[in-house]
Amino acid sequence: MAESYVSTTNACKLCTPLGAALAFKGVQGAVPFLHGSQGCATYMRRYVISHFREPVDIASSALGEKHAVYGGGPNLKQGILNVMKKYSPALVGVASTCLTETIGDDVPMLLAEFRREFSDLNPPELVHVSTPSYMGTHTDGWRNTVLSLTRQLCTETSQANETVNVFPTLCSCEDLRIFKAMFREYGLTPVILPDYSDTLDGPALAEYEPIPAGGTPIAAIKAMSGATASLDLGRCLPKDTAGADLETRFGVDNLRLGMPMGLRESDAMHHALSRISGKDMPKHIVQQRGRLVDALVDGHKYVSGARAVVYGEEDLVAGLASFLTEVGIDVVLAATGSEKCGLDSAVREVTEDLGRVETEVRMGVDFHEIAERAGQLKPDLLVGHSKGYRYAREWNIPLVRVGFPVHDRFGAQRIATLGYTGAQQMFDRIVNAVLDKRQADSPVGYGYQ
Amino acid sequence: MKEAIGLSEATILDERKRQVHRTGQGELDLACNTDSLAGAVSQRACVFCGSRVVLYPIADALHLVHGPIGCAVYTWDIRGALSSGPELHRLSFSTDLKEKDVIFGGEKKLEAALNELIDRHQPKAAFVYSTCIVGLIGDDLEAVCRRVGEAKGIPVLPVQSEGFKGNKREGYKAACNAMWKLVGTAPIDDIPPLSVNILGDFNLAGEIWMVREYFQRMGVNVVANVTGDGRVHDIRRSHGAKLNLVQCSGATMDLAKMMKDEYGIPFIRVSYLGIEDMADSLYQVADFFQDQDPTIVERTAELVRSELSQLMPKLAELRKDLEGKRVAIYVGGAFKAFSLLKAFRHLGMQVVLVGSQTGTKEDYEELERITDPGTIIVDDANPLELSAFIKEKGVDLFVGGVKERPIAYKLGLGFCDHNHERKIALAGFEGMYNFAKEVHLSATSPVWRFVPRREQTPLEVTHG
Ligand code: SF4
Ligand code: SF4
Repeated sequence: MAESYVSTTNACKLCTPLGAALAFKGVQGAVPFLHGSQGCATYMRRYVISHFREPVDIASSALGEKHAVYGGGPNLKQGILNVMKKYSPALVGVASTCLTETIGDDVPMLLAEFRREFSDLNPPELVHVSTPSYMGTHTDGWRNTVLSLTRQLCTETSQANETVNVFPTLCSCEDLRIFKAMFREYGLTPVILPDYSDTLDGPALAEYEPIPAGGTPIAAIKAMSGATASLDLGRCLPKDTAGADLETRFGVDNLRLGMPMGLRESDAMHHALSRISGKDMPKHIVQQRGRLVDALVDGHKYVSGARAVVYGEEDLVAGLASFLTEVGIDVVLAATGSEKCGLDSAVREVTEDLGRVETEVRMGVDFHEIAERAGQLKPDLLVGHSKGYRYAREWNIPLVRVGFPVHDRFGAQRIATLGYTGAQQMFDRIVNAVLDKRQADSPVGYGYQ
Repeated sequence: MKEAIGLSEATILDERKRQVHRTGQGELDLACNTDSLAGAVSQRACVFCGSRVVLYPIADALHLVHGPIGCAVYTWDIRGALSSGPELHRLSFSTDLKEKDVIFGGEKKLEAALNELIDRHQPKAAFVYSTCIVGLIGDDLEAVCRRVGEAKGIPVLPVQSEGFKGNKREGYKAACNAMWKLVGTAPIDDIPPLSVNILGDFNLAGEIWMVREYFQRMGVNVVANVTGDGRVHDIRRSHGAKLNLVQCSGATMDLAKMMKDEYGIPFIRVSYLGIEDMADSLYQVADFFQDQDPTIVERTAELVRSELSQLMPKLAELRKDLEGKRVAIYVGGAFKAFSLLKAFRHLGMQVVLVGSQTGTKEDYEELERITDPGTIIVDDANPLELSAFIKEKGVDLFVGGVKERPIAYKLGLGFCDHNHERKIALAGFEGMYNFAKEVHLSATSPVWRFVPRREQTPLEVTHG
């Protein structure tokens, strides 16, 4: 274990409310609202917009100096009123920030007051989540938001229905669409929370929509208590999750499995879907799987033994480690900015019986530490979001971009990673990145590879 | 039209009405520079952002953000401010405060982080930015900076940029205050008489290099770039320059004023965007120095002539396709809007909306004066308002920052980036051509024919 540093250089994580804002973007009619100063919301919008290339409105209570002293309550209420006037939202998702957590604003109480004071205005659903950034990362913000949504909206037992609750970790819009297609194949109706596949990847419009169409309907969240089962996705989940909560309160069967990344995690997912639906894997999917295996065989030599470093959100990293190890890539380092998130055991679970090398796992690290370690490990390949680019460039190795954010490539919201088709696309991209590099480095200029 | 106006008026919150004005309709009474309204999705940033924008391009300084991780991570290498040498500014340093720091104070962590980073990178100075939370927990930044500065023998400068203490403008001030501590701390004896400082250019896409080249051709020396491709040592001796050239509506104005009061260095406001402003800026400098160098005016005129003779025919070519198209401008500072207004006139385009995030009352009065009747002038607009205005005015092209781009695109409008993140040099005569080319590229693309606001006609299907 190398020494760790006091300072952080080029962080490999984002702040908690950003995860909250993204999750709220996946609820129908919702406006994310950061209770804090204006700067945070503006910065996060910019960051999210550069990835999705879509309008992303995040409101803020825009606290100033005097509110920091006297409390932000009045601004929070005024802010919600203004959002109501402007957007007529079905839901306002209030996430706290470092500032309001520190001054100790009691958001649940303020919202309760708001509902009372303005009951005649018929206020929208108000969901709050506590997201101080000095605790946790955007991943925690995401998860706590999903949990807050189910806790605060799904409060009554609803009629048993045929739906399946799905709680994914941060993934692309295309990945969310892949989920839906997967469920359709088994005749199942998923309620994915959050679902920003349309809100953050919508069509060109003639009329500007203050709140983009799409997202998980609030009624569907309320009805989650009657679902057939929940799928809690991710191997680095804490104990308290939306799926666990619904199981405890309403007895909804909660299945925990990894994000379906690569062959085996996708197999597990299909197995679960098959069990829930009582249907065999449809022929169509069998074909997809078969094509994927065929591709892994065709391409294995190009990547076999290549040394890869993966980094990013813990569950993405666990999924990537699983997939890369399956295809014969040696994952020499798996790193995340999240602390104590269980990435070490998650990576072990998915690579143990396959890997030719033992994957070194580092948690709570920044890019300075990743680079320091990678400098010794001499990777051939980086796999992760676009903030690793400066290192890929320095070491003259390819970076295969997945995850969030992708600020230096086009089409981030359509990068597929999940299911057999996602694995197929990832594999194609990785093999081609290796070939590209080979071609560029070769004095010969082979036209066949 | 009446209906359209009603539509966009309806989307303006009552409290915001005083931040919108139409040229030629009633008294101008823009309530600008007020705090952003709670709940309005503002494009505005915080004090910290203002400071960061100004100081960031100083390439051989360490920029340490004291606070939780977000403030640092969202400003990591986001701007195209180029350096010809060191690139320390492109790394993102943070103290990444955790819960225990918030409870017990972050001074110890700050000091340790500073020591660690200064030892690692050997910077020429360090700027320590305070963020909202630091303002709350009451860390004594001054004291920590002083201690570390003395121990390490470099200037370690606190930047009082707690986000909630105002808007970007306050941040500019805080940045100027920090730089002010550097000015006057290095010898100036070898500085020639024809010398200037360039203030308020951040060397986006190498713009300051273009401007410096013009000055070189005029025989004028540049002492310090404040702050594009900036160096600590240059700023320390910037009080040796004879004239300060201040660009942009105010980012570095405070520093220029302090230098005037303390060292008697006069300043002039300049702009390098657009033909007139660029030429005018160079002439102003030439006029200033003509007593010392009588041939400078002629040299400058020659420079402008030769540049224009290359540029104008190329612009005329592009103008053919752009004539009459309608433009909306929404930029950070109002000063930039002035230049853009003129630039679009050269392209035969009509500006129907101008707005800024940080304009002053005087800025808006000036805009009212130079815009056509009916032009909408807004202060600190939000996406909904912008989109309503765009529709009302039938805008073809939008000029703004990265946050406005998706709105424009969603509605099927051409877009040009005119903000701190752009990668194309827009300054100077060459920049005018780049700008025109970009406008042309976007505005003449066939994709606008397929967007929903245009009627679609499918290709004919023939039989046989
Ligand atoms: S103050 Fe907290 S919430 Fe705001 S940007 Fe900084 S880290 Fe994120
Ligand atoms: S915490 Fe304060 S300083 Fe940091 S981004 Fe938010 S408003 Fe700005």
